[in-house]
Amino acid sequence: MKRKVIATLMAMTMALGMMSVAASASETEGTDGEPLVIGFSQVGAESDWRTANTESMKSTFSEENGYELIFDDAQQKQENQLTAIRNFIQQEVDYILLAPVTETGWDTVLQEAKDAGIPVIIVDRMVDVSDDSLYTTWIGTDSLLEGRKAAEWLNAYATAKGIAPEDLHIVDIQGTIGSTAQIGRTQGLEEGVEKYGWDLLAQQSGEFTQAKGQEVMESMLKQYDNINVVYCENDNEAFGAIDAIEAAGKTVGTDIANGEILVISFDTTNAGLTDVLNGKIACDVECNPLHGPRAEALIKALEAGEEVEKLNYVDEEIFAYDDTVTTVTAVNSLEEEGEYAVTPITQEIIDGRAY
Amino acid sequence: MPIVCLLVVLLSNVISTPDFFSVSIQNGVLYGYVIDVINRASELVILAIGMTLVTSASGGQDISVGAVMAVAAAVCCQILSGGEVSVTEYANPVILAVLAALLASALCGAFNGFLVAKLGIQPMVATLILYTAGRGIAQLVTNGQITYIRVESYKMAGGNIAGIPIPTPVFFAVITVLVVYLILKKTALGLYIETVGINGKAARLVGLNSTMIKFLTYVICGVLAGIAGIVASSRIYSADANNIGLNLEMDAILAVALGGNFLGGGKFSLMGSVIGAYTIQALTTTLYAMNVKADQLPVYKAIVVIVIVTLQSEVFRKFIASRRNRKAAHLAAEGGQK
Repeated sequence: MKRKVIATLMAMTMALGMMSVAASASETEGTDGEPLVIGFSQVGAESDWRTANTESMKSTFSEENGYELIFDDAQQKQENQLTAIRNFIQQEVDYILLAPVTETGWDTVLQEAKDAGIPVIIVDRMVDVSDDSLYTTWIGTDSLLEGRKAAEWLNAYATAKGIAPEDLHIVDIQGTIGSTAQIGRTQGLEEGVEKYGWDLLAQQSGEFTQAKGQEVMESMLKQYDNINVVYCENDNEAFGAIDAIEAAGKTVGTDIANGEILVISFDTTNAGLTDVLNGKIACDVECNPLHGPRAEALIKALEAGEEVEKLNYVDEEIFAYDDTVTTVTAVNSLEEEGEYAVTPITQEIIDGRAY
Repeated sequence: MPIVCLLVVLLSNVISTPDFFSVSIQNGVLYGYVIDVINRASELVILAIGMTLVTSASGGQDISVGAVMAVAAAVCCQILSGGEVSVTEYANPVILAVLAALLASALCGAFNGFLVAKLGIQPMVATLILYTAGRGIAQLVTNGQITYIRVESYKMAGGNIAGIPIPTPVFFAVITVLVVYLILKKTALGLYIETVGINGKAARLVGLNSTMIKFLTYVICGVLAGIAGIVASSRIYSADANNIGLNLEMDAILAVALGGNFLGGGKFSLMGSVIGAYTIQALTTTLYAMNVKADQLPVYKAIVVIVIVTLQSEVFRKFIASRRNRKAAHLAAEGGQK
């Protein structure tokens, strides 16, 4: 009896397996109406930025647009992402979108995807693999450029206000150590410190979260009483840092000369820009999360058999509380120098943004 | 012994950060590193209490407490916001949200308790279910968003109440410790828990319902995790399902171990665990104060933990005791010769 049940079950599993193979085979053929199946392994929802990024992908690869998106939230764990990618390979998706949690440790699973003939598009953070043919292309933000923009803005601002470089006492609340955004943004600041001779007091990781940002800032405020610039590597850390500064009886703002603490942040989330409007964050460098349209354009190009660039940077803006600095000149990761406009924030800009 | 470790960690600051112990009043609130330690350790203290009881009764740990914190925070914030992503006033009464959050966490605890006490599944395996699924549930509750409650009164639980210089989380921790301590001392519950932990079968033979007692400890642990979750979410006035209480279950277990408790169950020291929790936070704050680089932080933490655990181990204590005896004997012998 038991054996019979098992045999039936096995037969059913096999039949199901064959059916799913057949089903996905017909889908892969289908540029003619059948939806393209996209597997998207997202890091998690650790910040507002990430949520906007997820939403952008979900709205771009919707059923109405002729896609079937399989979304996987990895909850900040690489092992979950590895499992998700293996599942995508088994489900024979047409494209894999991967927003990796860390840079390293992807060789094996990307090789598996390559062997299965599924193009992998890396989103946001970069992967560090021995062979860069393991992924098809990368879309994301240039976090080194973001860091450099912020540093150049700070320099221009201090110069305009007549503050000597050695009078800028900076603390750096870093992101999760080892993430692309942390590496680029920290490097941007450190280059500025090197170039202009600022006083960098301390660096500590706030792990991109509000709670840690607050805890770290609390500690830094007790250590140094001359902090006048806080360089937060994302908006959530900035919220925590601002809370900590205000709890300590100090004020955030742009008037360094009169004891206010100037906060620089990244990501330009809705809440972040609201704080820019209120003057709590002096300068917020955009880290554009709307990768969906760019990803779709790349997939369409690949479907048409075109060659695509290996690195695709999305355009990013700079927003500031006031118009003291109007443009900054910075060099991006591809060593191209560019001039970037600084936009003074208004309520209309915040309302008009998609995230 | 645990208190000695805490003192050693704290005193190491006297050399490196002389003003570690200076406490002042800023903005009407006590301000200083020591206050940070006491304040920031609050959630961990609350978790450690629950973890101690669970450890004692079932001889295993509840590794789902961090996820349960996230569930409680998600439920609380979602009810307060009425489904919006960010609100500046409550959509529903606070008391309703808090009770619902505590009920949700009690249910999580009851689920764990049922698996462990009734079905006899190993605690680590049983609580692994909610450890994995809990944050998923929390995400589901908040629709994958970070729900913000930007209301001043909601920030009080994690900040401070106007006019009172002590941060509110400290009150939560102290009151929880006191209530649990009194219940354990004034009723026989503490004794029952230890009895069940030492020998469940014998406890049943003398008429104790050991299943019920084990079950109860998990429910208590769940509710305490819920309280910790609400405090944590109030600190950041939002429900961040992915990060609230992240990895805190491991710190809670560590606190129980640092408190000199045997993780295999049986006799326990509640105060030991509480001190253990403060030791862990003292260590974190100390390393911040010493300006240790972020990427090296875990290494230093690990070293200190290894040292503390070694100092408390039975083998090491015996070794010290035997050396002392030998020395005493040696001295006595020398004295005799003179």
